[in-house]
Amino acid sequence: MAGAGPQVAIVGAGPAGAFAAACLLRARGDAEIDLFERLPTPWGLLRGGVAPDHQEIKRLEDTFDRQTLQRSCRFFGNVEIGVDVSHSELMRHYTAVIYATGAQTDKSLGIPGEELPGSWAATDFVAWYNAHPDYRGLEFDLSAERAVVIGNGNVAADVTRMLTLSPRELERTDVADHALEALRESRIEEVVVLGRRGPAQVAFTSAELRELGRLDGVDVRVDPDDVELDPVSRRWLAEEGTFTARKNVQLLREFAARPADQEAPRRIELRFLRSPVQIRGNGRVEAIDVRRNEIMRTDEGALRARSVDWDVQTIECGLVLRSVGYRAVPLPDVPFDERHFVLPNEGGRVLRPDGEPLPGVYAVGWIKRGPTGILGTNKRDAEETVNCVVEDLAADALADPPEPGREHIDALLGERSPSVVTVEGWRAIDGHELERGRDEQRPRVKLASHDELLAAAKAP
Amino acid sequence: MTYVIAGSCIKDDSCIEVCPVDCIHPKPGAPDFEAAEQLYIDPEVCIDCDACVEACPVDAIFADFEVPEKYDYALELNAEFFAEHTTAQRTAA
Repeated sequence: MAGAGPQVAIVGAGPAGAFAAACLLRARGDAEIDLFERLPTPWGLLRGGVAPDHQEIKRLEDTFDRQTLQRSCRFFGNVEIGVDVSHSELMRHYTAVIYATGAQTDKSLGIPGEELPGSWAATDFVAWYNAHPDYRGLEFDLSAERAVVIGNGNVAADVTRMLTLSPRELERTDVADHALEALRESRIEEVVVLGRRGPAQVAFTSAELRELGRLDGVDVRVDPDDVELDPVSRRWLAEEGTFTARKNVQLLREFAARPADQEAPRRIELRFLRSPVQIRGNGRVEAIDVRRNEIMRTDEGALRARSVDWDVQTIECGLVLRSVGYRAVPLPDVPFDERHFVLPNEGGRVLRPDGEPLPGVYAVGWIKRGPTGILGTNKRDAEETVNCVVEDLAADALADPPEPGREHIDALLGERSPSVVTVEGWRAIDGHELERGRDEQRPRVKLASHDELLAAAKAP
Repeated sequence: MTYVIAGSCIKDDSCIEVCPVDCIHPKPGAPDFEAAEQLYIDPEVCIDCDACVEACPVDAIFADFEVPEKYDYALELNAEFFAEHTTAQRTAA
């Protein structure tokens, strides 16, 4: 193998994996990179997370494509590492393996009734409307007048918008056909969004919050009492608040000052300092009980919500979407930090239980730092991890794999994953979806099942 | 004129890399970088060269006279950002 560049496997073709591949190719033009992905399609949450009405952000896929797949990087979709191919098999064929598997599950609230039919992780709803093939069979009951969204981050804002956009607006997006059909029939008129903490502590970007106040046919309501900041928050905002936090409070005050629009067909009500204590219903969600909180400062200086009293307020609703954060799951045969839900790592070098680096194994993105930051955050994160890889290669710290060479990978995949989707397969899927989109004057019409995706990948 | 960054910014720093006059903030490493939800162009320093527009992977940058209606707040928001710290203050720090 003299003269050949280092062979690198990246596990997970989401934004973190794509940024890492692009960055590694810039740093080491001789690297031979294989991008493995559990789904038949690349780009992870850019395709399956970013809301369908935010098409401008999805343009990032052109950059990913240009910087990775249009260069020497290979794509192996529909291959699950840990199931189809093991970690130790990857280590037989690659000098370095970079895990970019993200945070695939949601955090739970830990309250009674969370498992009732009609109570969902917001991420399930997101995957469903974005045509993730594992979620197409879900059935969301949108027949009640009120839905409750728990959480004050951008996923909460996304699902709130998706529940209140008019069918006319949804039709212009690449929302999954099954979701478009269900949302057209939706009878939801009001979405109540609950925040555990106050207006100064919301995790929305001000852009997402502003958008909620500008939706066509949607009246956004905020109780003026809710935007009167408590002394702790007022002081925090003045002394430590970010530009975004100050902007958010200003926007929420503007919303609170608006006269109610009785004519609007749909409403969004933002309520703060409320924690859900129980989801109730006879066989399915009928109501949620919430309790009031106040903001206190912990000894470490963090602002926490704590309940004020035992009084419970009941909100009747037929759908609950819980959006209180993502969480990573352990990967077979790779160390996992059960407390922080990440691969234990230092700057991207995965560590063994004794704290020493596990040679040749790296992490990037949410599986490395936890589910924080926005898309571009992954670029800096990838640079940090790739720097470690490049340093270790330069220092000759990585052993040559016993069986290097792309022919070995091809043979292994031929045996284990007969329906692997390669770059050509993805191009066929992409072309098919874009063409259907052109016919319907939509940005793209997504294929939403494994069978359809794999059939399109094999089409001539 | 000037260019202005709209709310669809993903904080990819491609624009910062290509800006010849270093007028896009906050920069990676600046104290307010991590918390920033987007980047901002200082209109006092911008020379309208177009380099950032070309570099932006999500087409989030517009000439001030071409800002789409949905981002009609962007210029004012941008001005508020630089009212707190100008490029000159940021460079001196």
